[in-house]
Amino acid sequence: MFYSKNTPESRASIEKHFLENVYKICRLCCSFASLLYKGKLILKFIPVPESLKPMLRLCFRSALSLFILLLLSNVSAIAAPDGKALFMSNCASCHNPVKESTGPALKGIRGSLPGDGWVYKWVHNSASLIASGDAEANRVYNKYAKTAMTAFPSLTEEEIDAILQYADDYKAPVAATPAGNANSGAPAESNTWLYTVITLSLLVLVVILWRANQGLKRAANDKENIPNEKEIPLYRSKLVIAVTAILIFIFSGYWLVNGAINEGRQQNYQPLQPIFYSHKVHVGINQLNCLYCHAGAEKSRQAMIPSSNVCMNCHKQINEYTGAEEHPLKTAEGKEIDGTQQIQLLYKYAGWDPVKKAYNRDEKGNILATPIQWVKIHNLPDHVYFNHSQHVKVGQVQCQQCHGSIEEMDEVYQFAPLSMGWCINCHRQTEVQFTNNNYYSIFEKYHEELESGKRTKVTEAELGGLECQKCHY
Amino acid sequence: MSQKQYWSDLQDLSNITNNKEVVEQEFKEELPFDLSDNVFNATTPRRDFLKFVGFSTLAATLVSSCELPVRKAIPYAIKPEDITPGVPNYYASTFVDGGEYCPIVIKTREGRPIKVEGNELSAITKGGTSARVQASVLGLYDKARLTHPMADGKEATFEAVDRLVKEGLAGKSGYLVTGSILSPTTKEVIKEFLAKYTGMKHVVYDAISYSGMLQANEACYGQRTLPTFHFGKARTIVSLGADFLGTWLSPVEFSKGYASGRKISAKNPELSKHYHVESIHTITGAAADERATCRPSELGLVVNALYNAVANGTKPSLSANLNKLITSAAADLKKGNGMVVCDSNDVNVQIVVNAINDKIGANGTTVNWVTTSNNKQGIDKQVADMVADMEAGRAGVVLMHGVNPVYDYLDGKKFAAALAKVPVTVSFAERLDETAQKCKYIIPDHHYLESWGDAEPKPNYYSLMQPGISPLFKTRAFQDSLMVWMDANQQYGEYWKQYWESRIGSSAGFDKALQDGVIQPGGEMANGAVPFTGNVEAAMSAVGAKKKAGDVELVVYQKVGIGYGGAWSNNPWLLEMPDPITRATWDNYLCVSPKRGKELDAELTGFTEVETHKRVAKVTGPNGYTIELPVIVVPGMHNDVVAIATGFGRDAKVGRAAASDKTKGGKNAYPFTSFNGNNIEYYCGVTVAKTEEKYEVALTQTHNSYEGRPVVHEFTLEEFKKDPKELQKERGAEIGHYTSLPWEEGEGHHEGEHLANPEMEEGYRKNGTLYPNHPYEGIKWGMSIDLNTCTGCGACVVGCMAENNVSVVGKYHVLRAHEMHWIRIDRYYSGMPEDPDSIQTVFQPMLCQHCDNAPCENVCPVSATNHSTEGLNQMAYNRCIGTKYCANNCPYKVRHFNWMDWNGADCFEDNLYEDGRRDDLNDDLTRMVLNPDVTVRSRGVMEKCSFCVQRLQDAKLAAKKEGHPMRDGAARTACQQSCPTDSITFGNVNDKESEIYKIRHEEQQERTFYVLEHIHTLPNINYLSKIRNTEEIVAGDEKKDGMYAEHI
Repeated sequence: MFYSKNTPESRASIEKHFLENVYKICRLCCSFASLLYKGKLILKFIPVPESLKPMLRLCFRSALSLFILLLLSNVSAIAAPDGKALFMSNCASCHNPVKESTGPALKGIRGSLPGDGWVYKWVHNSASLIASGDAEANRVYNKYAKTAMTAFPSLTEEEIDAILQYADDYKAPVAATPAGNANSGAPAESNTWLYTVITLSLLVLVVILWRANQGLKRAANDKENIPNEKEIPLYRSKLVIAVTAILIFIFSGYWLVNGAINEGRQQNYQPLQPIFYSHKVHVGINQLNCLYCHAGAEKSRQAMIPSSNVCMNCHKQINEYTGAEEHPLKTAEGKEIDGTQQIQLLYKYAGWDPVKKAYNRDEKGNILATPIQWVKIHNLPDHVYFNHSQHVKVGQVQCQQCHGSIEEMDEVYQFAPLSMGWCINCHRQTEVQFTNNNYYSIFEKYHEELESGKRTKVTEAELGGLECQKCHY
Repeated sequence: MSQKQYWSDLQDLSNITNNKEVVEQEFKEELPFDLSDNVFNATTPRRDFLKFVGFSTLAATLVSSCELPVRKAIPYAIKPEDITPGVPNYYASTFVDGGEYCPIVIKTREGRPIKVEGNELSAITKGGTSARVQASVLGLYDKARLTHPMADGKEATFEAVDRLVKEGLAGKSGYLVTGSILSPTTKEVIKEFLAKYTGMKHVVYDAISYSGMLQANEACYGQRTLPTFHFGKARTIVSLGADFLGTWLSPVEFSKGYASGRKISAKNPELSKHYHVESIHTITGAAADERATCRPSELGLVVNALYNAVANGTKPSLSANLNKLITSAAADLKKGNGMVVCDSNDVNVQIVVNAINDKIGANGTTVNWVTTSNNKQGIDKQVADMVADMEAGRAGVVLMHGVNPVYDYLDGKKFAAALAKVPVTVSFAERLDETAQKCKYIIPDHHYLESWGDAEPKPNYYSLMQPGISPLFKTRAFQDSLMVWMDANQQYGEYWKQYWESRIGSSAGFDKALQDGVIQPGGEMANGAVPFTGNVEAAMSAVGAKKKAGDVELVVYQKVGIGYGGAWSNNPWLLEMPDPITRATWDNYLCVSPKRGKELDAELTGFTEVETHKRVAKVTGPNGYTIELPVIVVPGMHNDVVAIATGFGRDAKVGRAAASDKTKGGKNAYPFTSFNGNNIEYYCGVTVAKTEEKYEVALTQTHNSYEGRPVVHEFTLEEFKKDPKELQKERGAEIGHYTSLPWEEGEGHHEGEHLANPEMEEGYRKNGTLYPNHPYEGIKWGMSIDLNTCTGCGACVVGCMAENNVSVVGKYHVLRAHEMHWIRIDRYYSGMPEDPDSIQTVFQPMLCQHCDNAPCENVCPVSATNHSTEGLNQMAYNRCIGTKYCANNCPYKVRHFNWMDWNGADCFEDNLYEDGRRDDLNDDLTRMVLNPDVTVRSRGVMEKCSFCVQRLQDAKLAAKKEGHPMRDGAARTACQQSCPTDSITFGNVNDKESEIYKIRHEEQQERTFYVLEHIHTLPNINYLSKIRNTEEIVAGDEKKDGMYAEHI
């Protein structure tokens, strides 16, 4: 009942189809490449004329480079760090450029602050500045209810400048021109149809011509008194029956096997969630870092769905959805969603009283929060062990590679098929971060080969990434 | 001579035809196909075929038409700061059960304990564990635990019970009965409680009493305590009945020490010498260098004889074997660094033992009287007096914590009757055990994994206990109950924290202590002597006056797994763990020697595996207590001794695994014990009579047979010293001629006598097969198992079950050889069955050998089992279609098939296997113990040891994240970690700095061998040969002929 197909006209869908096609081509090329590779192996044992070898090698190499090209094109570009991104990921939970919230509004604040890099000291460690007895620091501290600002020792001075610059340049949102992009999607599909129609009509033409030819032949035979063989109707022709039967067997078998293999998979699954949480608003428009909420991705097998108190870090301040004009929220079925109402829903789960601006607590002081029962989209079978940290932290794989352009999704759907073939394929192709992680120093042979130029990369598969017990135990 | 005849059971020696049949068959039951040539002429092959086709199609259609369920992902409402889902947290704590002590580390996942490991910081146990410690985590989720306080058999509130108990306590006299208490704060609380209620007395009751030792020590050294035994320092160990590696006092601590004296290499070919005298056959006896048997009533005479031999050089006059053993033991003891331990509960015997220790200078060296042990504190006389008081109606209140006398007192019925005369009776039992049922009020205590606490096993050696989980049920700490009743204005948790903060001095220090789990002085343990003041003559004459208890004497003993009973009786992991010696599961039985077995007409039912129905014998004790039990023949037992284990015959309310209507779960052996006016005696004279009945007992040893191929190599110390390379010569003769191929150039082609060396191994690897050789870049896992230090205790078996979600199959399926243990400990006897003193026993842990040329891999039609680039023999459950070809082709017999749905892992309803005793394992509560990193296997797939691949992957991932090569020791298997003797070494063989590499190629090269190496399986597990510090390894082939026919 939660299942709803993506509407074809949505942008995400087009993007997805594109990626899907790229992926399919990749896969094709890859299997072709691996075939060639195997061929190469066979060459070792079976004598092949020397003259053929360079050609085969050429084929293999060109396939490989095509594949790499495609792979590169598949990786989504990541936005370079800028003031907006930094602001969104570090400051937005307490600051608004134009409104006072937990901390002061940042637009134009540079003018009112003491010079000499005061602001850097403040950002790097406000507590020590306050402790040092700095007058301005203590004034700010007392003004904002003695709430100490989180220290950001890792922000460089340039980055702080960039943030403040962003705040200064910030303009309150104005009604944007409605995004009425004409649907220019699906040219690939129309091509397919065209080809199909042409092929079919050619086939029909062949049959007509063949029949005409037969008829003429019979007529000619009649004329010359050569006895004609008795015409057997097509449906009784043994050849036709045999061919049809074989074709039916092959196609139904193919269909059955494919169906069975795909059983339990749910690519494009896009269920309704208890709260209409838009990744597009949070990640795409407001540039929130994925790891802010999914903190487990670098540490654990689970990326972790954040608990509602993590949401409340920002939503204590942000209590309305102001982007309705810039980006109206709509379900896949086109139903309009009131963003502010969704935030109110969050408050209910989190046990937050928006009027009192405080948590509801029981007599022991525990917050009366209830967990949000999200519908799980990405389901792996129980016998599969998947570890996010292995891929995100060690493999440096971007979230989007498996989850699709999540920053474009209002409602999340399952982008990848999550089939074993899909996993394996990536393991076959993916180059391991081999030289910049000292762990791999034990693979001395590969390092030697890399140095001597015998190989250009080490894939996951070569380190055993295709073995059963990498994922099944 | 490393190859002698070993036998796993008496049937091995016989040529019973059906035995051969059983050995040859991989699976016990008839396979459901017609294997004859005329399949097509069989009665209904076409119909059967159509039936199967129809069923498969229908099943496939049904399954595929299932709608995919909507699954939820529910995050924390407010996430606890220190929990990251998917990442385990570890808490140092302490396992305490009565006086049994083991510092541990609790592994929790998402806030629930799933595994217990030893705490390596402890100076006492040094990270060792026992089977029971490993199984204790299952006890936390025991369905039979009480979930609320009770009054008069009905659920009650704490307040109501508190009010009633306080009323009952006011002005009354009575008893607070506890097991031995190690906790200093609990002792304080009890002290304050006794100060408030002056009529109350504290009595310590130990189910298995060490009262004789305590009283003897009081008489000899003026302190009623136990010394610390330094088994590691002793060069000569004489154990007179004490099963110190299995059940006696503090086995984990002793195993650690003992093993350190049993490590041997060619560079340092020294071993401690272990003499052992016992009536039954224990794992300590199996480890001994010299072993002789005596009747239990004779043990005192042995002690006297040893004293005389040590003190005056008198020749003993007992049986020939005992004389020989005592004489040479006395000679060795006089050389210094000796130690004598004895399990007798007789004060006089223990006084003589103390005198021997004093004579040989053990006092203050191997027997430590400065750092003593608090493990046991109960005095039998006090308990007897209390029971008399209760019977006389002089006790108004009895509070009982951690004790179950109605079951395990020598006369439980008498105790129950006495208890009925006490107006207010309170039990703190965690389950409705035999005693709790007779109590008016029950206030269940927390499980130890839910408790704050502490322990002081030895003076100045402390360890703290912290909970791994909030209490699951409405239970309350025992100390809290006492504190409520004495109107303390504090809770025990706060009291405990204050106590330790003030003792340690700082809050930071307290935090560190809590994190470490132990507080102990640095450096060597303080050691010293106390002057011996015992009256040896009086004791010796009292000992000498002991009479034979009867023609046949019965010994009440503890099994390594179940111990004294308690909660362990209801622990399915322990019940299914085969007893190290008898290899029996789920029941207790009457152990008899082969000779007596013949008299009981049990030769065809008692010791052959072929016939699972065992002869039932009737045993009658001196007090008329009669039970009927099946007979199990145990070679190595004294011919006039029979034995029954404690911990069985429990009440149905103790739990489903402990007892069920169908099987009754064995018989209670405690009523055979008796009180001699001073101490409890654990033996008595009995009459044993055969009956016509039979009863099935599930034994496991012969479930996996090597069909006579040699698997164990054993040498005497002399042989090893003379020629440490003998084993390598044997190996060289076997594999040498593969070093190079005959048509190849060079000198590599070895025939004749050559030592095995790496070049030879490499040649064998390469040239012994037609298959291509695989390179192992990066990591190659390997394991080494030292047969010399393995004591067969079974900690690894249970540790593996806990780590890898290994299924418990229940008695009926063990009978059908369906047990699932990934690691088993094979037990081999050598010697002559008739002569118990000639029996020598060897243990060999057997698990998947992860062969580089694995026979199982080649025969799998779907490639569900295959080899990894790290040398692991992988098993993909989801790929397995259950042909069982692999199990059939495995020469080590380590593969196990899921014949039933043990765990509800598949999606079919009503498919779950249930037998009445093991079913609680599938309860939602008990399933919390499952390791979420390991698949729960479903019916129809094969499984086997994975080298704990989840741990290996985890260790590799951690190293990758930190960006350095994996360190040696970062990846450890569960069996390795649980082993109390460090017999198992594991690591990356490609790493030349690793311990495993050094063992194989440097330190233990001489002792290294591979099981069934000659069939070119290329195992990744090597064994180190067993070296026995004795003159002769008994039972050479020359003695084999006619052994069965002659002696039985």
